[in-house]
Amino acid sequence: MKTRNLIGFFFFLILSGTTISAFGRNVEEKEEGKEKFKASTYILEHIADSHEWHILTTKKDTIAIYLPVILFTKETGVNVFSSKKLAHRKIYKGFMLAEEGDLKGKIVTINAEGRIDEENLPLDFSMTKTVVGMLSAAIIGLLLFLSLARSYKKTGISHPKGIQSFLEPIILFVRDDIAIPNLGHKYEKYMPYLLSAFFFILINNLMGLIPFPPPFGANVTGNIAITFVLALCTFLITQFSGNKSYWRHIFATPGVPFWLLPVMIPVEIIGMFSKPFALMIRLFANITAGHIIVLSLICLIFIFDSLALAPVSVFFVIFMDCLELLVAFLQAYIFTLLSALFISLAVQEHH
Amino acid sequence: MILLANSLTTPASGTLFWSALIFGLFFLILTKFAWKPILNAVKARDELIKSSLESAEKAREEMSKLQSDNEAILRKAREEREGILKEAREMRDKLISEAKGKAAEEAEKLVEKARAGIESEKRKALSEIHEQVATLSVEIASKLLGEKLKQTGEQEKLIDHYLKEIDFNKN
Repeated sequence: MKTRNLIGFFFFLILSGTTISAFGRNVEEKEEGKEKFKASTYILEHIADSHEWHILTTKKDTIAIYLPVILFTKETGVNVFSSKKLAHRKIYKGFMLAEEGDLKGKIVTINAEGRIDEENLPLDFSMTKTVVGMLSAAIIGLLLFLSLARSYKKTGISHPKGIQSFLEPIILFVRDDIAIPNLGHKYEKYMPYLLSAFFFILINNLMGLIPFPPPFGANVTGNIAITFVLALCTFLITQFSGNKSYWRHIFATPGVPFWLLPVMIPVEIIGMFSKPFALMIRLFANITAGHIIVLSLICLIFIFDSLALAPVSVFFVIFMDCLELLVAFLQAYIFTLLSALFISLAVQEHH
Repeated sequence: MILLANSLTTPASGTLFWSALIFGLFFLILTKFAWKPILNAVKARDELIKSSLESAEKAREEMSKLQSDNEAILRKAREEREGILKEAREMRDKLISEAKGKAAEEAEKLVEKARAGIESEKRKALSEIHEQVATLSVEIASKLLGEKLKQTGEQEKLIDHYLKEIDFNKN
């Protein structure tokens, strides 16, 4: 009971933190008298990647964690500096953050005329909000599972203790309900990938749900680059473990008349790519949608410009967060399950 | 807004690079130092549990087999005991009856012997009596014949006298 109260209080704090930061922005914009509170801009700024980790906007200034910028250009080579130098539309070493247009939020080079040089865009390898969030998730995951492995060395084959009793059922779930039903006796070879993908997605999903202190709350698995990399891994593993029967199925589908092959081969090749593509889009869309819904519900307060709406909004946000907790597990499960399924289609012996 | 949404669906090269690097390292490190030891430990435990269950099952089967064996042995022993007892009883009865028969026979024999003895004694006695009677008769006759010649009256007295003398009962 006590823990539940504490968690509830924590949630309240977090939510009020989020609302205060939004509120601050709202006030600022109103004082400037330029524009009304724009929910879509606010939400998309939170969803999209950025070079700084915005925490709070007060009347005086903005509190944010400025992340390192790493740029690569043909002329200047590698440039590493803090994103603080680009804050508030500053230009540093001929770079600036684009404010509008196609390149909004991206770092661009400024040419001698003081205009954006679209020909010579720098390659941006910055540690953005998403990258830092992902890195933190990876470090948390590493610490968690390395200590788990150590505890296995200590306890040997006796019953699971402590952290083991919490994580082992999930590992066994991945093994017994995802890997073995799909891959059969070949499951062991693919277990490391499936476990890594499952926990990487799960930790990132869960961290994305916790809105406040900085390594949390980044929209990592709702970033298409990350889901792309994960889907690419599944794609590569599928292709490289594909056996003769898999390739025959693509280039000489059994049971299909000869004259249909010119149609079937392109269809099968599209199928090769559409499977991981679906993986990429599914994870990205689900997590992004969850973040958008939660933020939209908070935005309701500012859209109607009434604190009276806050309890309703907070209630719905809590409801959505519970739902998102389920989605976090579900999406990690679905991604891993479908990866196992696609790999199993490539390695199965016969049809 | 649409443009920002567009940037959402376009993977950024830097993020691609970092996510490939981070996920790659995450995968490699965990595969080497976490997944393999964990999966091996879990597998070893599973196998241990499986084999222990199997051996327990086997032991249980052996137990029940032993028990049934024991029961069979016990039953057999009981049957044997019963048989032995029965045999003993029969033997005893037989012995008793045999002994009884023998005793009766023996008794019969004894009685027979006694009877035969009695018979022979009797016959002997009778023959003795006969002999004596004959000798006495001869004596009496000779005496009678001798007396007759002297005195007829006297003779009769003598016969009576001698007859009185010969007391049959004395014999």
